Amino acid sequence: MIERTPILDVLTHVLLVLCIALVLLPVYLAFVAATLPVGAVNSAPMPWLPGDQLFANLATAWQREDLGRQLFNSMVMASGIAFGKISISILSAFAITYFNFPFRKTAFALIFVSLMLPVEVRIVPTYEVTANALTPFIWLIETVTGGMVDIRLRWNLLNTYEGLILPLIASATATFLFRQFFMTIPDELAEAAKIDSATPLRFFFDILLPLSRTNIAALAVIMFIFGWNQYLWPLLVTTEENMNTIVIGLNRMMPSMDAIPEWNVVMAGALIALTPPVLVILFLQRWFLKGLVDSEK
Amino acid sequence: MPDVELQGVRKVYAGGVVAIEGLDLKIEDGELLALLGPSGCGKSTLLRLCAGLETLTAGDIRIGGRVVNGLEPGERDIAMVFQNYALYPHMTVRQNLAYGLKNRRTPGPEIDRRIAEAARILQIEELLDRQPRQLSGGQRQRVAMGRAIVREPQVFLYDEPLSNLDAKLRAHARLELKKLQQTLGTTSLYVTHDQVEAMTMADRLVVMNAGVAQQVGRPMEVYARPETAFVAGFIGSPAMNFTAGTLGADRRSVALAGTTVALGTMVQGEAGSAVTLGIRPEHLLPTRADGQDAIGVLEVALVEPLGADLLVHGRLFDETETSTVRLPGSADARRGDVIPLAVNPADLHVFDAASGRRLHTIDEDRKAAA
Repeated sequence: MIERTPILDVLTHVLLVLCIALVLLPVYLAFVAATLPVGAVNSAPMPWLPGDQLFANLATAWQREDLGRQLFNSMVMASGIAFGKISISILSAFAITYFNFPFRKTAFALIFVSLMLPVEVRIVPTYEVTANALTPFIWLIETVTGGMVDIRLRWNLLNTYEGLILPLIASATATFLFRQFFMTIPDELAEAAKIDSATPLRFFFDILLPLSRTNIAALAVIMFIFGWNQYLWPLLVTTEENMNTIVIGLNRMMPSMDAIPEWNVVMAGALIALTPPVLVILFLQRWFLKGLVDSEK
Repeated sequence: MPDVELQGVRKVYAGGVVAIEGLDLKIEDGELLALLGPSGCGKSTLLRLCAGLETLTAGDIRIGGRVVNGLEPGERDIAMVFQNYALYPHMTVRQNLAYGLKNRRTPGPEIDRRIAEAARILQIEELLDRQPRQLSGGQRQRVAMGRAIVREPQVFLYDEPLSNLDAKLRAHARLELKKLQQTLGTTSLYVTHDQVEAMTMADRLVVMNAGVAQQVGRPMEVYARPETAFVAGFIGSPAMNFTAGTLGADRRSVALAGTTVALGTMVQGEAGSAVTLGIRPEHLLPTRADGQDAIGVLEVALVEPLGADLLVHGRLFDETETSTVRLPGSADARRGDVIPLAVNPADLHVFDAASGRRLHTIDEDRKAAA
């Protein structure tokens, strides 16, 4: 719907500006705080204009916690989660949409139901499995043999990148989105590929994957940020400092009761922490919008 | 070039919908056979069965003598042209043409040779490096044809290949396609709901209705002697006029409401049984008011001037049904006019009212026997 009335134009612009201000204000305050000396940041009210301590604060934050290492860890985790989620969900969507196998609908329903089970809900069993990835097999063997066999096997994923990534890489949302996209692709395309002697996997790699690239880009952005923002899971599964992610590092910077409340350093750390996701969005924005808005045919 | 043979082909979809009811058909070597029928008559299903995109419920399909029932579409040595062309949108025209050949591990130089050849025939040389979205409808259609040609298949399968084009382009593409077919001489199965396409393109055509082949024959033969009332009504435009009547005692005339039409010759069927009399609009000829040969008088209710022709609609024999007459464009007819009409008895078609089957004249039967 396109309307051309000056009053509406003004109104929508005012609304837009207000919303942008609402979103940007906290970010701006964080930026201002990061540029102030510790005295200024704790004065009330806090100044609205930036000071000159930005680089000093950034340097302090960088050294206080091992931010370089943590940035790297977060990067590995977020990329791994984004990559894993997309690979797994595009393959399951492919199976669900293009193949007719027994219990196909059940499989889809189960995937869909898992939407209701985020990490927070299943965190205890997930932790147990991560602590020893062979737990389910041991349980299975012991149940089948009626407890006759006693197995001691251990495959510990705590404090590893696998432990950070694997429990988070199944995504019902992404599977559903890919399925919806695949359903908009005309059946004739798959049939033409069949007649062109393409095997299902050839069809997937030669036709489906290139056609999905805008969707993949959009999901990559969303999933990367999802992975980057993880807090609870990395907190549980990493106990060694060199495996901490930046979100945890940021939390550890928070001033404790009797220390000097160095909010300027904390905010400098926050700026560092939010830089990679912002860069990802800036670079993938074009694709991101394309994937969300139009389906390129 | 091989022939295609269908034997006892039957297709029942999950849920019990019968799409094709036991069908035997043979497509001769190098022939273009058109499958014609209204939507849902099973013609597309038949084509998809030949392509291997659907599985047979019963029967056999042979291509060049080889039973292909269990073979994948890619192994059947066929090529298909889809109604929406189904070009791969992210590939250039060249890649589109090459894709099937690459999958079949055709050597590179051979792929280049075939693409060059097909592009020359279809005059799409300048388009080879474009993507489908940069092409017009007609160009896409030609690329879809190209994708079929480069395969050098034993059989072409066409699924309403021209129905996405606008009317003018369609007439042009029809001619091109016919020329191409004459050059290549590949055995072809052509599905269409457009009778003009079927009449002009086909060596033989099959008229289908509700999963049953109603008639198989050369286009003019089907037009001249439709075997069922359905075929008679489906082939020919405007459609044939039908009137309910009773077969006379001598089986040489049909009694209609208020008049009797002489058939000129004896037909099969039972004297006194209910029949349907069919007359094509182009076979009703204006005559003098006092003409001995007049079979009825048309009261003009509606006139459609088409330029070359003038279509006149009105009541001819009874009160309920309107009949259509095709007059030359120069004729003068207005609403309210009455036009006495005559017909050559040889142009009358009589169908059994209950079964819809044609009641052959004795002459036709003799010819068929000979």
